[in-house]
Amino acid sequence: MSEWLENHLPKVVLAPSFIAVLIFVYGFIGWTAWVSLTRSKLLPKYEIHGFIQYERLFDSPRWDTAINNLYIFGALFIVIAMVLGLLLAILLDQKIRVEGAIRTIYLYPMALSMIVTGTAWKWILNPGLGIESMVQGWGFPNFEFDWLVNPDYAIYTIVIAAIWQSSGFVMALFLAGLRSVDGEIIKAAQVDGIPTWRIYTAIIIPSMAPIFLSAFIVLAHLAIKSFDLVIALTGGGPGYATDLPATYMYAMAFSRGDIGQAASSAMIMMLVVFAIVVPYLYSELRAKND
Amino acid sequence: MTDLSMPQTQTRSQSNTSKIALRWLLYVLLGLFALYYLMPLFVMLTTSLKSLEEIRTGSLISLPREVSLDAWKTAWSGACTGIQCEGLRPYFWNSVLIAVPAVFLSTLIGALNGYVVAQWRFKGANIIFSLMLFGCFIPFQVVLLPMARLLGMMGIAGTIPGLIFVHVIYGLGFTTLFFRNYYVTIPSELTKAARVDGAGFMRIFWSIFLPLSLPIIVVTVIWQFTQIWNDFLFGVSFSQAGTQPVTVALNNIVNSTTGVKEYNVDMAAAIIAGLPTLLVYVVAGKYFIRGLTAGSVKG
Amino acid sequence: MKRFAFATVSTLAVAAASSVVAEPQAEVLHWWTSGGEAKSVAVLQEEFAANGGTWTDMPVAGGGGDAAMTALRARVLSGNAPTAVQLKGPAIQEWYEEGVLADISSVAEAEGWADVLPASIAGHMMCEGTWCAAPVNVHRIDWIWANADILAANDVEMPTTWDEFNAAAEKLQAAGVIPLAHGGQAWQDATVFEAVVMGLGGPEFYQKALVDLDPEALTSDTMVQVFDQMRTMRGYVDENFSGRDWNLATAMVMNGEAAFQIMGDWAKGEFLAAGKTPGEDFLCASTPGDGYLYNVDSFAMFEVEGDDNRAGQELLAKLIVAPNFQEVFNLNKGSIPARTDVALDAFDICAKISAEDMGSTSAGGSLLPSYAHGMALRGSQAGAITDVVTAHFNSDMSSADAVQQLADAVANSY
Repeated sequence: MSEWLENHLPKVVLAPSFIAVLIFVYGFIGWTAWVSLTRSKLLPKYEIHGFIQYERLFDSPRWDTAINNLYIFGALFIVIAMVLGLLLAILLDQKIRVEGAIRTIYLYPMALSMIVTGTAWKWILNPGLGIESMVQGWGFPNFEFDWLVNPDYAIYTIVIAAIWQSSGFVMALFLAGLRSVDGEIIKAAQVDGIPTWRIYTAIIIPSMAPIFLSAFIVLAHLAIKSFDLVIALTGGGPGYATDLPATYMYAMAFSRGDIGQAASSAMIMMLVVFAIVVPYLYSELRAKND
Repeated sequence: MTDLSMPQTQTRSQSNTSKIALRWLLYVLLGLFALYYLMPLFVMLTTSLKSLEEIRTGSLISLPREVSLDAWKTAWSGACTGIQCEGLRPYFWNSVLIAVPAVFLSTLIGALNGYVVAQWRFKGANIIFSLMLFGCFIPFQVVLLPMARLLGMMGIAGTIPGLIFVHVIYGLGFTTLFFRNYYVTIPSELTKAARVDGAGFMRIFWSIFLPLSLPIIVVTVIWQFTQIWNDFLFGVSFSQAGTQPVTVALNNIVNSTTGVKEYNVDMAAAIIAGLPTLLVYVVAGKYFIRGLTAGSVKG
Repeated sequence: MKRFAFATVSTLAVAAASSVVAEPQAEVLHWWTSGGEAKSVAVLQEEFAANGGTWTDMPVAGGGGDAAMTALRARVLSGNAPTAVQLKGPAIQEWYEEGVLADISSVAEAEGWADVLPASIAGHMMCEGTWCAAPVNVHRIDWIWANADILAANDVEMPTTWDEFNAAAEKLQAAGVIPLAHGGQAWQDATVFEAVVMGLGGPEFYQKALVDLDPEALTSDTMVQVFDQMRTMRGYVDENFSGRDWNLATAMVMNGEAAFQIMGDWAKGEFLAAGKTPGEDFLCASTPGDGYLYNVDSFAMFEVEGDDNRAGQELLAKLIVAPNFQEVFNLNKGSIPARTDVALDAFDICAKISAEDMGSTSAGGSLLPSYAHGMALRGSQAGAITDVVTAHFNSDMSSADAVQQLADAVANSY
């Protein structure tokens, strides 16, 4: 008996977590899929009505906006946060005198939730209260920065705040990566007289490929889950110009009592996640097994 | 360490002035970025120290004319979060009661899981791991309703153990990922040798792996503590009177709909609610980078 | 189950341990958390305590009750519903249909609610013939607030038609005053919209379009005119209005930056808090046109176990509708009592206008539920309309397109 236990202990240890994940992730996804086929309103109902909720979803101009915003927001957020994170990491890696302090300054936004910082951002970006009026006050009356109140540009202010929150974390990832690159190779390159920028572009950055992947996954997951940010900054407005799928779903499920509709939007969101994450997991785990 | 600031090969002929200028440029750049990151905190801090009158009349981005700590006092122990006007204080403790056990448990379980997946691979372990990883990406709004139902069936709805349970479950994906990626870098020969010496599964974990794990424990604890402390959605959905965490109280102060807004109190409350996580980042930030360097990011 | 029992006991420790006779208990979920609101609810709690009850406060603010409704759903699904919940409009009936509301008819009949509440308001408190909620107050939505000095200085009268309003606005704009203080949040856009619908179309049209959702009314020429007027009014708003909280818009009227604001009577609380006097510093009038749009806050009682909890519900329901609470609460909140037999001596001029209009419109059949504040329609339908209204107001969509989208959105919301 005890020998059996010893042999199977790894499985026994992993089993509770595995069961929990099966129920609380996959069971719930299944539940959501089921509910998305019903006409649930205030509370979930389980009588199937076909794909009516998906038809409603694709007929909704607001959902169109939300999905388009996810593409714009997701692409800009991920690319800029990565570039900025990498840039900051490289700058910080130059034997900076007060590195510890600066690093903490770049990293701290990750510690605060948007419920906390939302109001401050709202003020800073508001043309009447924040940057625009400040710069105009300095003697530049023609300065304009009204993205927050402009339906066509408001989504970019969400990007600004999102980058503020997450780029420090990406910097930390890259900084860690820079510091684990093999010093010998770099020394050798320096001895050969290769200029610094070439060393970065040709040797260091390519060797950090796995970190790009990790950063991408962390950022993609943040982008898809972005919710607090929009609620705190614009509440989805002006109009519903800054709605994202997560806020759309929340509005349907909880403010509108339209749970079937919320479930169908959740399923589409899950599909998007699936399309992004599964290739990553596949390549990740295959590489490890070789 | 990639020391590229002053490569030894740089020819002496390169003028010192251009090197110094470059150095200056570097610091200016870093300083500008620091401004961008500090701006919201600056606005929050200065506003929390102003009087309501000054906020109404003055510019938002300016130093307070008269520094007053009244708003801080109100936010901590006097602001109304409902009919009780006891500020954030009572809720703060709830958050501690939720966050500490939840962080501990999810880290411990994550360590064990990571150890199994990285070092005791059995058939299907990788599939289990990918299934768990995918769990990291599930939007939390999706799980609210079915979770509520299950918590009710388990008899822990509205309780602090219930909230701990939820946080542990949805933290597992990330904690397992962190530990697994860390333990994967430890040669499996170590485990094999220990087994030959007669050490068992738990023994190896306890006396070999755990002592090696400090950097990744720091990373995991920081990550989990931040997530759990800042959580609002679970906190508001799975609590009842008496178990609401600090984020819910903060929301009650900041987001009241038809009342008079006291922005200085709002800001002070926001900073107070964020202090523990800020502190963790400031104190443990150094170890955070070290922990990441030690392997967790090597895909 | 044990752990659950333990948790409940620890929360309600004192009361549960000492209860031999059923002592009234109530866990109350509400979203009144700001200073003035909290004070108003505290009055109820004190009366509740004075009658031997134990009140457990469960406040959840945010999004005009959205966050509270999230919490409520989770609580109900987990079989752990709060005792009493701030709930209003058709949502009461929706929850009733889920079979989770308690019947408080015994209290209502003993207290004679039917005799003291206006019929249309009483209707909101009934679920299939039984009483299932207790009304707290009546907010009027179709108010227009104005800065008295600004109007006088520019020789402008309170408008009684929308044409007059437009003329006044042009005049003010030429004089360099922002005509309309407005916050660009969806619910505020909807608040203005419904006032315009009733003003331009009249109460009957309002009933057809925003209560009965009659497709003909929704696509009618009148509705096109309504959107035209919304477009016109968009020009009277300053350019930084997006996302502004309503109270900041009120402050603009107070400071003389702007002349008018269209907002429910909680705005009065802001004026009063700043020490302004109604009739002198600021003016209140109903928005142009006939009718009265109301928002009645109420508490619904949820089905819960235990005699002490049921005793708590009955006591709470009784106290909420009792004259004393109705007076004190509404003096604090800016609204008027839901029952018609409360003396209004202590109330200000705006409240008196509101009460008088409520009486006359109730008799004339033009006392109507506000769609923007969740009194007229179910959540998904009201939301669908608001989506179109706010999208139109915040873009350059044409009125014809807006009307078409409105009809589509409503059709798509069932």
